[in-house]
Amino acid sequence: MFQRKRKASDFGAEIEAHLQLEIERLREQGLSYEDARTAARRTFGNVTRAQERFHESSHWLGWDNFWQDLRYAARMLRKSPGFTAIALLTIALGIGATTAIFSVVNATLLHPLPYPQSEQLVSIEDDLPGVGAQDVGISIPEWHDFQRSGIFEYVTPIGGGDVNLTGSSEPTRVRFLNIAPNYFALIGVKPQLGRSFDPEDHTPGFTLEGIISDGLWKRAFAADPHILGKSLRLDNDLYRVIGVMPAGYHDPGRTPEERNIDIWLASGFAAPPAPPPVRNSRFLPETIARIKPGLTIAAAQSRLDALVASLQQEFPDDYPLQSAWRVRLVPLTQTVVGNVRQSLILLLGAVGLVLLIGCVNVANLLLARASARGREMAVRQALGAARTRLIRQLLTESMLLSVLGGIAGLGILFCAKGFLLRILPGSLPRLNEVSIDWPVLLFALAASLVAGAIFGLAPALQAGRLDLIPMLKQEGRGSTGSGEQTRTRRVLIVTEFALSLVLMAAAGLLLRSFWDLLNVRPGFSPQNVMAVRTWLPVPNDPDTDIYRTAALEAPFIREIIRRGRTLSGVEEAAVGDMAAVPLGHGRNDLNPYALTIEGREVDGHQAPLVNGATVTPEYFHLVSMALLRGRLLVETDDDKAPPVAVVNETFARTYWPSEDPVGKRFQLNIVRGSSTNPPWTTVVGVIADARTESLADSTIPQIFLSLYQRRPKDLAIFLRGQLDPAATPVALREQVQLINPELPVFGAHTLDDMLNASLSERRFSMEMVGLFALTALLLAGLGIYGVISYIVSERTHEIGVRLALGAQRKNILRMVLRQGLGLALAGAAVGLVCALIVSHLMAGLLYGVRPTDPLTFVGVALVLIGVALLACYIPARRAIRVDPLVALRYE
Amino acid sequence: MATQGTRERLELLQGTLDLLILRTLIFGSQHGQGIARAIQQTSDEELLVEHGALYPALQRLEERGRISAKWGTSANNRKARFYSLTSAGRKQLVKETTRWNRLTAAIGRILESEEG
Repeated sequence: MFQRKRKASDFGAEIEAHLQLEIERLREQGLSYEDARTAARRTFGNVTRAQERFHESSHWLGWDNFWQDLRYAARMLRKSPGFTAIALLTIALGIGATTAIFSVVNATLLHPLPYPQSEQLVSIEDDLPGVGAQDVGISIPEWHDFQRSGIFEYVTPIGGGDVNLTGSSEPTRVRFLNIAPNYFALIGVKPQLGRSFDPEDHTPGFTLEGIISDGLWKRAFAADPHILGKSLRLDNDLYRVIGVMPAGYHDPGRTPEERNIDIWLASGFAAPPAPPPVRNSRFLPETIARIKPGLTIAAAQSRLDALVASLQQEFPDDYPLQSAWRVRLVPLTQTVVGNVRQSLILLLGAVGLVLLIGCVNVANLLLARASARGREMAVRQALGAARTRLIRQLLTESMLLSVLGGIAGLGILFCAKGFLLRILPGSLPRLNEVSIDWPVLLFALAASLVAGAIFGLAPALQAGRLDLIPMLKQEGRGSTGSGEQTRTRRVLIVTEFALSLVLMAAAGLLLRSFWDLLNVRPGFSPQNVMAVRTWLPVPNDPDTDIYRTAALEAPFIREIIRRGRTLSGVEEAAVGDMAAVPLGHGRNDLNPYALTIEGREVDGHQAPLVNGATVTPEYFHLVSMALLRGRLLVETDDDKAPPVAVVNETFARTYWPSEDPVGKRFQLNIVRGSSTNPPWTTVVGVIADARTESLADSTIPQIFLSLYQRRPKDLAIFLRGQLDPAATPVALREQVQLINPELPVFGAHTLDDMLNASLSERRFSMEMVGLFALTALLLAGLGIYGVISYIVSERTHEIGVRLALGAQRKNILRMVLRQGLGLALAGAAVGLVCALIVSHLMAGLLYGVRPTDPLTFVGVALVLIGVALLACYIPARRAIRVDPLVALRYE
Repeated sequence: MATQGTRERLELLQGTLDLLILRTLIFGSQHGQGIARAIQQTSDEELLVEHGALYPALQRLEERGRISAKWGTSANNRKARFYSLTSAGRKQLVKETTRWNRLTAAIGRILESEEG
């Protein structure tokens, strides 16, 4: 195809032969040689044109032309460095930002999980829609049913937690994952050292074998090559190390804690400490499975639905129809990403809009330049250049610009990579997988080409429609664009304004949501409060537990509080479980209970679920929670006294809307674990609602139980005062380890930090969208400035005439501003409609504002129009300063 | 490389020129200048063929396999490139001639009916 069939010299020779033959013929008719030659040439026509057309008829010419266009384009870009710099920078920033966001989207939403055949991995979630409960966890008999169903290759429960690793210089806290022995067979990853658990191991309790992470191996055992077979003391139990996982292995998890596991312990979940296998004891909080090869998730789901239906028939008492038990398979990729998907898509959309606005701006610049080059184009066309040839040349110029811009953008991205990764919120799932890989590079290339096509098309098409005669007639170097060109530029400006308004509205809504959240009254005071964690060991044999009853645990807790108060700067101290840490607890730290209200006993499956925290009496004053009615917890609420609880206002309003809740009783059935006939708990007080679960949600029913009656193991020590974030935790650890040297003290955070961290994702998307919106506004302002300047310069003569005829300068000013205002209003109107659509799509990301919030919409429209007027004012002032004499002489 | 508008115009012209070239070659191989002269003479000088336009048409026909070309010597001993019809070209000529006759007949009928 690229091979030329016939040489140009051959063609030239043929033409020469033709001319000679013709000359000879004419001379035979009696003409002189000169006359014959002139006549022959005249009849032949344009020799060069014929040669050109021969040239073009060869296919490979496309390539030839392309190189020629490219060289020409490069020359043109060099010739106007100002224009080139602005256009390149716009595109580079646009492509760089879009690619950056895409690399995150690519890693979190598009990449398969880094395990073999990861598309077969699902998480199994039990729902009880009849009682409004979602993902309640599964029971052990259900796990066995799923194992035997033939739908899955492997099914394993997952229970995470912290465990005390003792034996090294200082007790350390490590993350462990409690799984079935088939876990690594399910995931499909083998240890780098030693072996995996035997998937066929049916030990009922813990296998007393442990697999450790590469990190722990290097950190705690100095990468000891003889680690296999050695024993680890976890809490009070000894485990034998059988394997070391490879470096870079991460578990599927939502948070860094869930992904970075140090020790894996396998268990059959059928012996202590697991509860007896009862169907309605939904003790396994999370379950993942690998679907049999060849089975799609949808097919597996329909077979699972059939299994659920038959189980419901077989065990009608355990699965009453009212609770509407359902089992859902969710692709593991989705479980892992959680609710970040919506934010990321919003960000990608926002950055895409910025790129689009950038393209519109460059298109505008190109149009302005095209009008300056109009005469050049006209001359070239008059000299015989085909229109398509000109269009191709202009498109080549735009593509060169966009590809160079794309490369520059990638360059910026590579340089700023470290910085960008740091500003990403740490809670972002799969953050460690974000990288600039081939898909990302391809995306950047595609984005560049699409951008080039977008901004190159308008000027190129314009060039194809040039009207030659008026162009050529025009005096002077430059020329004014046709009416059509001005129209195109106006349309571009309106588009730009509309897009900017969409972005600004989105940013405005997010900003208002964030502002409202920051100014929300949380109902507790996080200032000067620090929470430090500790963990009481839970040995596999309950009899060896030195804190096995509340009476045994209480003296230890009281001693911690006493010693905590003696630390320097500490004014108050309290202890609670992890669920009591405001905004600082993870999913697994919550203790959901099935609630039974006295006098309103219902079937256990219809019982609503509530979260309960366990605290010592000092807690309420320490975090400034206000008592509304009754009393708070007191020291004497211990294991010898009847169980009591303090509830929040929402709880009281929900269950006793028209009665005094104080003195009412309820039963708490442990959802994750077995509980047989739990004692009645009496409500002794009501406190004001506090947003301890989520700043965005004020109305969550909550219960506070007395720590001296419950003996929790995952403890948080709360301190208030003038604390030193570095020294206080160390001093506290010394004090705790003076009581029991086996206990780890870790995870110190101030409540202010936790409050900020709980907002980090929102803050990130708000800041990013805000940044994009500001960029869009700036670009739109520059765009309208360019167009109005252009219109003014085009009308200098007219303005001069008007002034000469006595027009008022302020009228001229008004005339110019009106033009800009018209464009801005049109853009704002179109933008408002689009913004309303977008804002409804992002309703889930908003807090406290409705997607139609008039204040935001009017506000951003006004800002946009204000910027437009400002951008028009500069050229408008230039217009009224026109000296009529100069203007009239100008033409 | 022409825009949509110009391409249509050119093709009409080219189509006619192609037909004339094929028709001229039916009498045997001929070089470009010969073809040009033949068209002019046969049409009683009514058609003035711009010689320059002939060569791209020849080139195109050659590429499409309607004619073949080789260098040879003219009657007055000059080197020239001689074109001759291929069998595909012959078929094309028959088809195009029929089409042309139908077209002119149809147009002729319309024009006559308008006069009458």
